[in-house]
Amino acid sequence: MASIGPVKRNAPRVLVIIPALNEEASIAGVIAEVRESIAGAEILVIDDGSTDATAANAKRAGVMVARLPYNLGVGGAMRVGYHYARDAGFDVAIQIDADGQHDPRSASQLIDGLADSDIVIGARFAGTESYAVRGPRRWAMRVLSAVLSRICRTRLTDTTSGYRAAGRRAIRLFATHFPAEYLGDTVEALVIAHRAGLTVSQVPVAMRERAAGTPSHNPLAAARFLVRASFALAFALVRPSEQYRSEVDAQ
Amino acid sequence: MNGTYVLGVLVPVLILAVVLESLRRGRLRERHALWWIIAGVLALVAGIFPSSVGWVAEKLGIEVPSNLVFFSGIVILFLVSLQHASELTRTEAQVRTLAERVALLELRMDQRDDR
Repeated sequence: MASIGPVKRNAPRVLVIIPALNEEASIAGVIAEVRESIAGAEILVIDDGSTDATAANAKRAGVMVARLPYNLGVGGAMRVGYHYARDAGFDVAIQIDADGQHDPRSASQLIDGLADSDIVIGARFAGTESYAVRGPRRWAMRVLSAVLSRICRTRLTDTTSGYRAAGRRAIRLFATHFPAEYLGDTVEALVIAHRAGLTVSQVPVAMRERAAGTPSHNPLAAARFLVRASFALAFALVRPSEQYRSEVDAQ
Repeated sequence: MNGTYVLGVLVPVLILAVVLESLRRGRLRERHALWWIIAGVLALVAGIFPSSVGWVAEKLGIEVPSNLVFFSGIVILFLVSLQHASELTRTEAQVRTLAERVALLELRMDQRDDR
């Protein structure tokens, strides 16, 4: 197991979960950055069925790698991560994208935010820098954020951000109830957290350009996104939820 | 006895025979066979007593009895495919969970080897 750096007494044990699909070019750089910015954190790369050298590159960088036998999507990958975090007794689990768009230097702010809430989202539109998503898709994301803000009773501006930190209670909940559906890893996860009685907050983070690929500006795609997101949201709200709370309060 | 009557009895008997034989050999589970058995029995009754279809259609206010047959057929097929979709969803979730567990097990094995 690769544990690096001096660990302060009583410092929270932090696991950085990096779900990765075909990111052989960027994964080693992201790992190096995470090591530099989050002292003492352990890093777990979840290889979500990559067909390139993602897993090999991550192993060479000296971190733990869990390989999914085939592609499950971010939801499935994160479930593995939270499961591991729970079983290994971590206090904090941070999700960071493998493409380098999340700046790990903001992670300490996310961890600090966990002092007053169970989940902290690194929000891209919250002011620190301009972000590349514009037009209809951004409007769709705004609608989504407005609705989720009301549900979670806090101001959330970027609910589709995959940059987040989870505390112990959230780790326990997500180890068993992390949704695997479309947008489940972002939207539905927040609804489940809220329904389980967890609190959500956000901190502004700077976001970098994606290493590869451009976000879609197609209005039709944005409409589709909004419809699917609304569906995900609606069903997340009406799903039977008796078991959530027992999971959080267990142990 | 005309040919249509024989056909109307023979086909449902054949369907029931195939379903029951599949059940016997374990190639079909009981909960999947249920709708097919219901469909087969209904078709057999309708085949043996063709007038029963007209009678039921009249009671339900359906003017053309054959429409009752089409309607029941569609309803049963709809229920069957709904059941399949729901079972597929469950199976997918189970396979997904297995894949996640495999990934975790492999990770633990790696860690043991490294030690």
